Amino acid sequence: MAHLQAVHNVNSNIYQVSNLKSFRNNLAIHGIDLTRKKCTTLQVNVGQLCNQRCKHCHLDAGPLRKEIMNEKTASEVIKLAGRFRFETIDITGGAPEMNPHIKMLISELAPLTSTLLLRSNLTAIAAENQKNLLDLLTDNKVTITASLPSLNEAQSEAQRGENTFASSIRMLRKLNAIGYGRPDSDLELNLVSNPAGAFLPTSQEQAEKRFRRVLADKWDITFDNLYVFANVPLGRFLAWLESSGNLENYILKLAEQFNPCTLEGIMCRSLVSVSWDGYLFDCDFNQSLQLYMGGRKKHVSELQDLPGPGDSIAVAEHCYTCTAGSGFT
Amino acid sequence: MDTYYHPKDLPKFAEMSEGAPELAEKFFAYYAAVFAEGELTQREKSLIALAVAHAVQCPYCIDAYTQDCLEKGSNINEMTEAIHVATAIRGGASLVHGVQMRNIAGKISL
Repeated sequence: MAHLQAVHNVNSNIYQVSNLKSFRNNLAIHGIDLTRKKCTTLQVNVGQLCNQRCKHCHLDAGPLRKEIMNEKTASEVIKLAGRFRFETIDITGGAPEMNPHIKMLISELAPLTSTLLLRSNLTAIAAENQKNLLDLLTDNKVTITASLPSLNEAQSEAQRGENTFASSIRMLRKLNAIGYGRPDSDLELNLVSNPAGAFLPTSQEQAEKRFRRVLADKWDITFDNLYVFANVPLGRFLAWLESSGNLENYILKLAEQFNPCTLEGIMCRSLVSVSWDGYLFDCDFNQSLQLYMGGRKKHVSELQDLPGPGDSIAVAEHCYTCTAGSGFT
Repeated sequence: MDTYYHPKDLPKFAEMSEGAPELAEKFFAYYAAVFAEGELTQREKSLIALAVAHAVQCPYCIDAYTQDCLEKGSNINEMTEAIHVATAIRGGASLVHGVQMRNIAGKISL
């Protein structure tokens, strides 16, 4: 199953797991009509090029990927942000730091939103040629959301690759030194922890308490918030689930943990996601399945109006990830 | 029956309420209360459960609490250390009974 195909039969599921209810069917059973609310967030995926090959990556990002947002598409995204004024703009990848137009995107998007957010793996930003980028992030008060799956080096590197843990810790200390994540600072540093395997994450509250204590005690590191996310069974993570024989148990566990309360705050209801080549999706995960927003391939340059309340959302069984337990925001 | 233990039997644990529902209700309520966050964190309780699972050699509990420990944020080193604690107590419990052996042998020996 190298590439999953979106299925249109309400009773089918993309994983072909016999006792897995289709996500749409499950919503219907619960009497839920999952539709959009007011669109407040623009998520921009600037490409699948990354210095790491994380095993949980839903987009199969890595050092050999050629899909990178070009200057023309970046300019279209900036135009879109100028027209609609999103509350939050969220830049992701791959490693966004490796896109050659990242500085233009940051400096031009920052004045157009109250919260500009950069997702970082902490190692790409540490590269020699990124010194000016840190100044740019600081000057524009860009929120950094950084991956740190585990407080344990072996567990963390099992997911993110060798020699990534010490470098991440060094970068967190550097970010703290320039004011990120420090009490009374307006430079926000958030951490993201994904499980290092085919199991669900711990409670966010308990994990945050422990990360705060251990990072402070061991490395004098502080941060603002910790988010825990389950791994989405797509891309490289899906390939690993299949090859290790964990797929069926994992997807059934996600489905078993379906919590209708998560649907109120689920991100696809208020977000537009733009892919590296400028196409529109309801979330970054749907990019992996080429499951387009509104059911048709539409480019950012064609967008006349944002999707609004009541509009449909493209879903498939990977959506069980965002609705399991406490959910995914 | 090809084996006494089947992984698919673990989710059937709740079926034990059939036959003695009131007792089962009390047991499961107690069980849930024990594992709730208290003076010990849920992560710490899960590590204790994993160690005890090895001491009592329950394959269901080992399966369940290996997954639970990982989901509560523990890592393989912590889990291995927890099992060594169980091992030390089991081994120590045998060895300390050697004192009885020595007492009896001392009493009846010249």
